Amino acid sequence: MENLLALVIGVLYAAGIYMMLRRSLVKLIIGLALLSNAANLLIFTSGGLVPARPPLIARGESALAAPFADPLPQALILTAIVISFGVMAFALVLFYRAAEEAGADDLDRLTSTDT
Amino acid sequence: MSVLTVIPVLIPLCCAVASLLARRSIRLQRKLAVAGTAALLFAAIGLMTAVLHHGVLCTQSGSWPAPFGITLVADILSSVMVMLTGLMGLAVAIYSLASMDEARERSGYYPLLHMLLAGVNGAFLTGDLFNLYVWFEVMLIASFVLLALGGERAQMEGAIKYVTLNLMASALFLAGVGILYGMAGTLNMADLSLKLRDTGHHGLITCVAMLFLTAFGVKAALFPVFCWLPASYHTPPVAVSAIFAGLLTKVGVYSLLRVFTLIFTQDIPYTHTIILWAAGLTMVTGVLGAFAQNEFRRILSFHSISQIGYMVMGLGLFSPMALAGSVYFLVHHSVVKTNLFLISGVAEKLGGSFELKKLGGLYSSSPVVAGLFFVVAMSLAGMPPLAGFVGKFILARAGLEAGQWVIVGVALAVGMVTLMSMTKIWGEAFWKGSPGTALPQPPSRKVLVTLLVPVAFLAALTVLTGIGAAPLIHVALRAAEQMLDNSQYIAAVLGEGMR
Repeated sequence: MENLLALVIGVLYAAGIYMMLRRSLVKLIIGLALLSNAANLLIFTSGGLVPARPPLIARGESALAAPFADPLPQALILTAIVISFGVMAFALVLFYRAAEEAGADDLDRLTSTDT
Repeated sequence: MSVLTVIPVLIPLCCAVASLLARRSIRLQRKLAVAGTAALLFAAIGLMTAVLHHGVLCTQSGSWPAPFGITLVADILSSVMVMLTGLMGLAVAIYSLASMDEARERSGYYPLLHMLLAGVNGAFLTGDLFNLYVWFEVMLIASFVLLALGGERAQMEGAIKYVTLNLMASALFLAGVGILYGMAGTLNMADLSLKLRDTGHHGLITCVAMLFLTAFGVKAALFPVFCWLPASYHTPPVAVSAIFAGLLTKVGVYSLLRVFTLIFTQDIPYTHTIILWAAGLTMVTGVLGAFAQNEFRRILSFHSISQIGYMVMGLGLFSPMALAGSVYFLVHHSVVKTNLFLISGVAEKLGGSFELKKLGGLYSSSPVVAGLFFVVAMSLAGMPPLAGFVGKFILARAGLEAGQWVIVGVALAVGMVTLMSMTKIWGEAFWKGSPGTALPQPPSRKVLVTLLVPVAFLAALTVLTGIGAAPLIHVALRAAEQMLDNSQYIAAVLGEGMR
């Protein structure tokens, strides 16, 4: 399972970077979304995958039985998803306005502030 | 449990909410901006004195014990940074009263400013890596909107680059956090410091350290990932550029100082040599970029990059003297660079442009502004007896003691080019005769005074910290001691006996 997820994460990163290297603003934002999802999946995987072992103390026990899934990575990912949702919403509006101002969604034409 | 560590985050948060509620009344928002940032400054002074007297302060939020809950920690480095936030916040809030246009004020400039300060302070005070990521995002979102507020085409273009590169850096930071959690099972910085001290896999830790170096390097505008800064800092209104230049890149530098003294100290000869190289190249590329520019704010933006190199140089040298130099330089540069941006705004109000070609004759028309610029510019260039000289002197001496001749040579040469660049602004904007183009309506006396009060205050500060440098150096040395011997920090967070 870890190997498969590692592969998926790698593909997501590669696809994200590739999209960001294109000239279109739309592809840039898709690339950003892929990148943040890759990071989320990375946290999920590196937190350790233990299938079908919820971190709940069984009735009558006083401590957790040894192999249990760590709930913390999921809490981290949830926070990260919410944040990236907000940021993406802002970025979409910003890029839309920028494309309107510039009259094109070509990044090569948005160079007037560069030096 | 100490309330003092929470207050610097709470004050701007409450002010942001109150400003949002007072959406219809700009007058109320303006008063709140000045009162809130002044209260923040006082809270920061209180925190500073408490930390200096009682050592590292620590609050466990929700009373969850240390590695499980989110910890807020204030050591000397943090409290110095919080103090800077208060100072810059107050100066920029006062300046905004006279310089911000009404459209931007109506669309929420003041709440965003408070949010930005809350995010910055949160990042300085948190003791948890994931929480640091969250505060980074709070700060970033506020800065995204501040940068784009107003919707001019240049702002949009600058914001695209700023947003994209900063989001990439955040994704890298998050990936680093994930891998670190997988390795150590904790994200509390003090706990990480203990757990990573004696683990076997150095290679993986160094790899993660490089992820963090890249992520924070983007935020701090280090070579070679600084491209977003000169593309965006000159586009928003001057007050926004000023607060960005004074605080945002400093958050990156602070994070580098924090993680590379507390967590990633396994392979210092390797990691800190890379940092030293990055610092040297940052100084050189920044200053050369500045030399090629002919617009007031673009020159200042590039100098921001080159000065970041000095702060990171102290981290690369990694000795008590060098780290103290970094802390001193952080304070000095925040004060000076914010002020230079503020002065560029005054020059634009008087001369009608940011282009050096179109400016001129400001020395004869307003000698006070010229005098203030001269003092601050000389401090940036490192002329004695101003603060810039003291900062460079400490760093150069630390470099010589460590036998790193090359970086000291680079630092001194870059200081020279900085001086040339500052004299260029002086000659073109202030000394040269007026270019004869139609000048704008000069601002009223009241507006001019409001603009010049924060400028004069910050200029006085750079003179004072230069002539009377001893107290600040003393604080910086103590901060450096705490960074190098992190047992105090760890004991404060995890409780005694965990050293």
